[in-house]
Amino acid sequence: MYDIVIIGAGTAGMSAAIYAQRGGKKSLMLEKLTYGGQIINTPDIENYPGIAHISGYEFSEKLYRQASDLGVKLEHGTVSSVEDEGGLFKVKTGDNSEFTGRAVILATGARNRHLGIARENELVGKGVSYCAACDGMFFRKKDVAVNGGGNTALGDALYLAGICNKVYLIHRRDQFRGAERDAEKLKVLDNVEFVLNSTVTKLNGDTKLESIDVTDKNSGAVKTIPVSGLFVAIGQEPENGAFANLVNLDAKGYIVAGEDCLTGHSGVFAAGDCRTKSLRQLTTAAADGAVAATAACEYIDRL
Amino acid sequence: MAVIQANEATFKNEVLNAQGTVLVDFWADWCGPCRMLSPMVDRVASRVENAKVVKVNVDDNMALAQQYGIVNIPCLIVFKDGKEVNRSVGVIPEKSIEELLKA
Repeated sequence: MYDIVIIGAGTAGMSAAIYAQRGGKKSLMLEKLTYGGQIINTPDIENYPGIAHISGYEFSEKLYRQASDLGVKLEHGTVSSVEDEGGLFKVKTGDNSEFTGRAVILATGARNRHLGIARENELVGKGVSYCAACDGMFFRKKDVAVNGGGNTALGDALYLAGICNKVYLIHRRDQFRGAERDAEKLKVLDNVEFVLNSTVTKLNGDTKLESIDVTDKNSGAVKTIPVSGLFVAIGQEPENGAFANLVNLDAKGYIVAGEDCLTGHSGVFAAGDCRTKSLRQLTTAAADGAVAATAACEYIDRL
Repeated sequence: MAVIQANEATFKNEVLNAQGTVLVDFWADWCGPCRMLSPMVDRVASRVENAKVVKVNVDDNMALAQQYGIVNIPCLIVFKDGKEVNRSVGVIPEKSIEELLKA
C-alpha cells in the first residue's frame, strides 16, 4: 500500500516523486520501459534553468538518483487499468501485478508519433528512425529525408546536413512551426532540399528502405525520392487509453487538466506531457511534477 | 552469465563460433537510449544461465555495424550457434529482452 502511485518515470513522474517523498508520502513509480522518458533521446539539453548544458541521459540519471535517494520505489510494468475503489486506487499492470495507492499521479508522457503508413514498423531498424541523434551517423555520406516541420525536425535536418550527402526536409505545410533561426540556417545549406506541402505516403525497399513516395497535397502528384534513411519527427502523441474510465481525454488523447494538474477525479492528478497544455518542455514537466505531488499530498492529508 | 566486450578481432570467436545463444548489444557512448538499455541487458545477463551476453561499441567497430546492417542503436541481435535468429532496436523492457532469447 502506497500513499501515491505515480504512473510514468519520466521528468514529470520523477519530479513528482521527489516532492511526494519530501512531503513524507510513501510513493511508487510504475514505468513500462526505463526511467528517463523522452529526454534520454536528447544529446544536449541547453534550456533547463541553472544547468547550461547536460545530456538527456545524465539528466535522467541525476533525477533518478535524487528521487531514489529520497526513498521512492520503482517497479516495471505497463499499467493496464486504474480502478477507484471508494477512494483507494487499484493499479494493475499487464503482468497482473496490482498496486494500491491513496492517490494517483498520471505522468505517462508522450511517444513519437508514427506516420501510420504500411511497412513503417517493419522498416524500423532498416532505414526508418525516430531519433536522428542516435542513428544519424549510420547514414554518413548517404541521402536521407526528415519528415516534420517543428523544432525537432529542423534540428534533425541541421544535424544530418552536417554528416549526410543530402537531406530532404518534407513538411505537410508551406511554413515551419519550428524556430525561424533554424529554418533560415537550413535555407542556405547546399545539401538540404525542402519538399513542402507534401506528405510521405509510401515506403519502398525489399529488406531495407530504398526510397519514399511523397505526395504533394495540392496537386496530388507523387514523386519517388531515393533515400536510405527516413527520420520521422512529426510530433508526439499521448498514450492514455487505459485511463479513459477515470479522467477526461481530449480529442488527441491528452488528459484534460489545467496548470493545477487536477483532473476532475478526486485523488487523480495529471503531470507533464500527458496532460493538455501549451508548452511541453523539461521545465514544465518538472513544474507539473511539483504541482501534482503537492496537490496529492494535500489531498491525502485531508482524507 | 558474465558480460563480454567484443570487437572486430574477437567477434568471430566470441559470437559466430560460439555454441548456443549469444545476445549482442550494439551500442555507443553518446547514445542516451543505449546507456539506459545497457544496465537492463546486464541485469538480464546476471539472471539467465543459458545465454552469453556480448557488447559491441559501434564507434570502435563500425565495420561490424555495417556488416550487420545496423542503422539504429541500441540494437540487440540474438545469435544461435552463430546464426542470427532475432533482432530488436530501441529500448525495450527487460522481460522483452528475455523473450528475445527464447526465439
